[in-house]
Amino acid sequence: MIEIACVSKAYDGRAVVSDLSLDVPRGAFCVLLGPSGCGKSTTLRMINRLVPFDAGAIRVGGEDVTRVAPEALRRRIGYAIQSTGLFPHWRVADNIATVPRLLGWPENRVAARVDELLALLRLDPATYRGKYPHQLSGGEQQRVGVARALAADPDVLLMDEPFGAVDPITRDALQEELLRIHRETQKTIVFVTHDIEEALRLATVIAIMEAGRLVQLGSPLDMLENPASDFVREFVGVTGIGLKLLAVRRVAERMRPGEAMEGEPIAADATLAEAMAEMVARRVGWLPVRGPDGAAGVITLADLVR
Amino acid sequence: MSTAAVAPGVRSVSWLPRNQVLPVLVLAAVLAAASCGFVALAPNRLMSGTPVMLWPAAGAGWCAALAAMAAALAALGFAPARRATNALAAVIAGAALFATLAAAGAAAAAPAASASATATVSLGAGFWVIAGCAALALVDALRRAEASAPVQLAVAALAVAGFFAMAEAGRFDALSLAREYMSRREIFAAAVLRHVELVVAAILPALAIGVPLGLLALRRKRVEAPLFAVLNLLQTVPSIALFGLLIAPLSALGRAVPALGALGVGGVGPAPAIIALILYALLPVARNTLAGIGGVAPAAVDAARGMGMTPAQIFRRVEVPLALPVLLAGLRIVTVQAIGLAVVAALIGAGGLGTFVFDGLGQYATDLVLLGALPAIAMALAVDFLLRLATAGLSRHLAA
Repeated sequence: MIEIACVSKAYDGRAVVSDLSLDVPRGAFCVLLGPSGCGKSTTLRMINRLVPFDAGAIRVGGEDVTRVAPEALRRRIGYAIQSTGLFPHWRVADNIATVPRLLGWPENRVAARVDELLALLRLDPATYRGKYPHQLSGGEQQRVGVARALAADPDVLLMDEPFGAVDPITRDALQEELLRIHRETQKTIVFVTHDIEEALRLATVIAIMEAGRLVQLGSPLDMLENPASDFVREFVGVTGIGLKLLAVRRVAERMRPGEAMEGEPIAADATLAEAMAEMVARRVGWLPVRGPDGAAGVITLADLVR
Repeated sequence: MSTAAVAPGVRSVSWLPRNQVLPVLVLAAVLAAASCGFVALAPNRLMSGTPVMLWPAAGAGWCAALAAMAAALAALGFAPARRATNALAAVIAGAALFATLAAAGAAAAAPAASASATATVSLGAGFWVIAGCAALALVDALRRAEASAPVQLAVAALAVAGFFAMAEAGRFDALSLAREYMSRREIFAAAVLRHVELVVAAILPALAIGVPLGLLALRRKRVEAPLFAVLNLLQTVPSIALFGLLIAPLSALGRAVPALGALGVGGVGPAPAIIALILYALLPVARNTLAGIGGVAPAAVDAARGMGMTPAQIFRRVEVPLALPVLLAGLRIVTVQAIGLAVVAALIGAGGLGTFVFDGLGQYATDLVLLGALPAIAMALAVDFLLRLATAGLSRHLAA
C-alpha cells in the first residue's frame, strides 16, 4: 500500500533519513520505532509530503506522491498527531468534519459521518458533537483526533505519537480502541512511537530506525527473539525481555486444545501476560480457554514458559 | 475574599473591609469634598476662578444625598462579598456619579454664581475627584459582580443616555464648559467628525500596511530585526517633531504633483497628520500581527496542513481566528493611540478636537481645552471598552 524506495532527506547537509526503503502492505499496522532524532517522524511526514524528500520515491496505493498536488494527497490520507492539533475554535463536530468539508461533501452526509465516527470512538454523539475541545479530557481529545483522521474514510492512516501526551491508563484504553478499529476497518496504519511496549502491543510489523536508517523490519516477536544488532537488542530492552515475550505471544499458541476444565475461561487471543496475570490473581496454575469458534482448551503455568 | 487567603504567620484581620476599594474611594471623595473647590467662580472666562466647596456650592439637598450614598458605599465595603452586594454597590455608585454631575449643574445655576452675565462657573478639583471616585466604584463593582458583556454594554449605554438626557434638560447649561460648547455648537460636531475621520483614515491604511509587514516578518525571519528596528525608531520620534518633519517633503510633493496638491496633499492640513498617524500605528499593528499569528499553536497549524488545507485556508480558517484576540488587542492599542495623537495634529492644521485644545491653551481658557480633551478621552474610552469586550468574549470562546 505504501512503498518507500531509497528515500533520503537532509537538513543543511545533515542527513536525517538515509536511503530508506520500506514496504507497508495493505492492512498492515506498521510501527516506526526508534529513539528521538532517528528520523521516524520525518519518514512519516514524507509520506504525505509535509516534509519534501531529496531523493528516492514514495508511492501510496501505487501512485507516486510527487505526481499529486500535496493538498489532494493529504486529504486522502488520515493524519493524527501527539497534542491532537484539534482546532480550539471549532466544535468537536466541525473538527471531525474538516476533511469531508474540504472535499465538498454535502452537509447531511458530513453530519451522518460525524455521528458514525463518534460512535466508533465510543463517544456519545449527542453529548460530544457540540462541545469545544477544551471541554474534553485529554483522552477524549485524542479520540476526537483519531475520529478526525478517519473522517473521509482514508485507506491510509498516519499517526505521529498520537498517545504520547496522555496518562498510562488512558493510553492503554486508546491503544485497545485503535486495535479494535484496525481490526474492524483494515486500514493501513503507519504509527510513530519511541515506546517499545506500545509498539509490541499494536504492530503487525515493526520498523526499527537508528540515525536515519532502517535497522530491522519484522514482527514484534522477531524483534524480541532475533534482534538484528546490539542496538536493537538494547533498544528492545535486555531486562524484562521475558515479560515482553509474554506480552507479545497469544494464548492460542500455547494452549492444549481439546482439554477442558471448570472455571471462567480466558479468550484464546489474549496474551500470555494476561493469562499469567489471571493465574496470579486467582492463585491457580491453569486456566480454561475459549476459542473464537467455540473451540476450547486449557493453558497451564508451565505452558507459559515452554 | 481578600481575607480568605492569608500568608502563614499573619493573623486574619476580621475588621478589615471585604472590599477595600469602596471605603478607600469614599475616603478619597470625602477628603476632596472637604479640601478642594467643587467649582470655581470667575468674573469672566479668562480669569482664574475662586474655589467654592461642595457644601456652599451645591446646597444642602445635594450634599445630603451625596453623603448618604457615600455612607452606603462605605458600608457595602464591609458587607459579605455576594453578587447582590456588588450589584447594589454598582447601582449606588452610578447614582452617585449622576448626583455629582447634577450637583455641579446646580452649583453653576445657583444665584450667587449667575450674578453677572460674564461670570463663569468651571469645574473644580473636588468635582473631578468625586466624579472619578464614583466612576471607579461603578467599574469596580461591575467587575466584582462579574457582569456579563451585555450587562456592561447596557450600563454603559444607560450612563451615556443619562448624561445626554441631563444635558438636554439644561442641567449643565450654567457651567462654563457648556457655554463654551454652546458658542461653538456648529463647529463642535464638525470637529468631532473630522477627528473620527483622521483616526479612521489613519487606522485603515495602517492595518493594510502593518498586517502584511507583520506576516512578512513572521514568514521571513531575516526581515524581522531590521523591520522592527525601523518601526521602533519611528515610534521614538516625538509626534510634534514628526508632524514638522513631514511639512517640507509633503509641501514639495504637493507642488510637484498638482493632482496630489488638488487632493489636499501639502505641508499642512490632514495629509501630513494622517501620514504621521499611520507611521505611529505601524509598529503596534505589525508587532501584534507577528505575535498573534506566530502564537497560534503549532500543532493546530501542523494538523491543518496534514489534513490538506491550502496555505490560504490555513490562514483564513485557523490562524486568523485563533490570533483574533491578539489582533484585536493591537487594533485597540493603535486606535486609542491614534485618537490621542490626532489631538496634536490640530497644530499643523488638520482640524479635529485638538483645535479647541490649542485655541483654549492660547486663550488660557481651561474650559475650552476641556471641550476638546473630554470628547477625545470619551472616544478613546469607548473604543477601549468596546474592543476589550470583544476581545474578552473571543478569548473566553477560545480558552484552551
